[in-house]
Amino acid sequence: MQIPSGLEAENLSEASRRKKVGWIGDWLFLNLTRGFAVFALLILLGIIVALIIGAWPAIKTFGLGFLTSTDWSPPKEKFGALIPIYGTLVSSFLALVIAVPVSFGIALFLTELSPNWLRRPLGIAIELLAGIPSIVYGMWGLLFFAPLFAKYAQPFLANTFGRIPLLGQLFAGPHFGIGMLTAGIILAVMVIPFIASVMRDVFEVTPTLLKESAYGLGCTTWEVVWNVVLPYTRVGVVGGIMLGLGRALGETMAVTFVIGNSNAFEGLSLFLPGNSITSALANEFAEAEEGLHSASLMYLGLVLFAITLAVLTASRLLLLRIQKQQGGR
Amino acid sequence: MEIQQNLPTAQIQIRNFNFYYGKFHAIKNTDLDIFNRRVTAFIGPSGCGKSTLLRAMNRMYELYPDQRAEGEILLDGTNVLAKDADLNMLRARVGMVFQKPTPFPMSIYENIAFGVRLHESLSRADMDERVQWALTRAALWDEAKDKLNQSGLGLSGGQQQRLCIARGIAVKPEVLLLDEPTSALDPISTARIEELIHELREDFTIAIVTHNMQQAARVSDYTAYMYLGEMIEFGITDQIFLSPKQKQTEDYITGRFG
Repeated sequence: MQIPSGLEAENLSEASRRKKVGWIGDWLFLNLTRGFAVFALLILLGIIVALIIGAWPAIKTFGLGFLTSTDWSPPKEKFGALIPIYGTLVSSFLALVIAVPVSFGIALFLTELSPNWLRRPLGIAIELLAGIPSIVYGMWGLLFFAPLFAKYAQPFLANTFGRIPLLGQLFAGPHFGIGMLTAGIILAVMVIPFIASVMRDVFEVTPTLLKESAYGLGCTTWEVVWNVVLPYTRVGVVGGIMLGLGRALGETMAVTFVIGNSNAFEGLSLFLPGNSITSALANEFAEAEEGLHSASLMYLGLVLFAITLAVLTASRLLLLRIQKQQGGR
Repeated sequence: MEIQQNLPTAQIQIRNFNFYYGKFHAIKNTDLDIFNRRVTAFIGPSGCGKSTLLRAMNRMYELYPDQRAEGEILLDGTNVLAKDADLNMLRARVGMVFQKPTPFPMSIYENIAFGVRLHESLSRADMDERVQWALTRAALWDEAKDKLNQSGLGLSGGQQQRLCIARGIAVKPEVLLLDEPTSALDPISTARIEELIHELREDFTIAIVTHNMQQAARVSDYTAYMYLGEMIEFGITDQIFLSPKQKQTEDYITGRFG
């Protein structure tokens, strides 16, 4: 009896020692990870506060009128952000209009239609697109894409869509090559890898049995993807689109190269040069003087931040609503 | 003549059938008749080819490029394996229910209407009627009638599987393939599905793959025992379970192996 009880006591102390060490480890780990999480939040708050402080003189002077005025002239100390806000929204919207269907097609092909041997190389190629630095996209867009676009695509668009009443307005005007539409197209190329790879990943996790059930009812591949795979993966798909939109809204270098950097609003045509928030910032920060000019640029930055935040919130709400309608999953 | 008329006719005739996964020869020279409005059970150890055979009847294997079938599977006399056979039409005539419930991410109503809409265009009223008919036949109407617009994913596992059966029969197929339909369900849900199979056999030809020998004995009229890709024995269920002709079959159903 003595020996086993001695052994037991030893085991007990060993266990309790391990337990104690484990407890300290857990405590450390908890606080360390919590620290990291809080740190991210602090950085976010810090950036907001810094933006507001930096923009304060402009906020005080222009108020919300900043958002609706098109007059941006540093010499006169007048600043209105409507042109860059419009440019950011339109170029990003164009990018999504082009990128979402293309990405959907890519993801559909890679998951459902592609022969196995083509799947990996194609998937990797699309992910590599995401690795090209944005300044390279900018140079490519300005030096290579824009001249070709002006020579071939713009006359074609003007002669086809340009003749449709109302819609034609969007394709009127001179063929510069650079401009809003070009920015939208370059942005689309840049966000396609993000949206396509997220879509592919979520399509791939759709259970085989679910797809087989739809095929088993006599669905075509298109019907399976459109009616079953897409609804099943909608959270991921919307997430992927938002990721792309976030990137398009914030993209600076490539857009600065091809958007034209014009602060004048001359019409709705997508062929016309425009400006985006990010390219306005990139172009003017270096030469901005202390005071109202740099404060206005900070204000612009704050507006971009708010737009991004609004987009993210809207997408969350949208998802919540869809989920509620569908009874959740 | 009297007896002749009572004999069921073969709805599906499998002739000299071979199946390959790449180079692997999964089903070897199989012949079998599946009788009209009867339940035929496929039993055998895992990997014996019973699911493979089932999936050949609606050409589900077509989704996978390295799988291929040889021979003939005649549905009402027409070879469904023929290259020019209309796949979507075939799948409307031969429905399938899977190992796990697979409701689509849409409402209960839509889960059923979706498949019907692929093949027929019905008025709203006719569609309502069809949905009710299918849910009633699948013994789900009473539980689901008040929440037709809620997601099918909100149902319990057993209810989901009955929804899948309702979805399958709503298209009004001639044949229903059940691939281990109760393997993911609790005993009570399983019993309900088995009752359902009994009732459905009045209108549909049913082929069921099962790992559960008692289930095969309970629900089927005919039983096919397969082993390593070969059809070892086929006959009336009672005869297979009470006096199997093959030693192998006897060993399997008495639990001596498998």
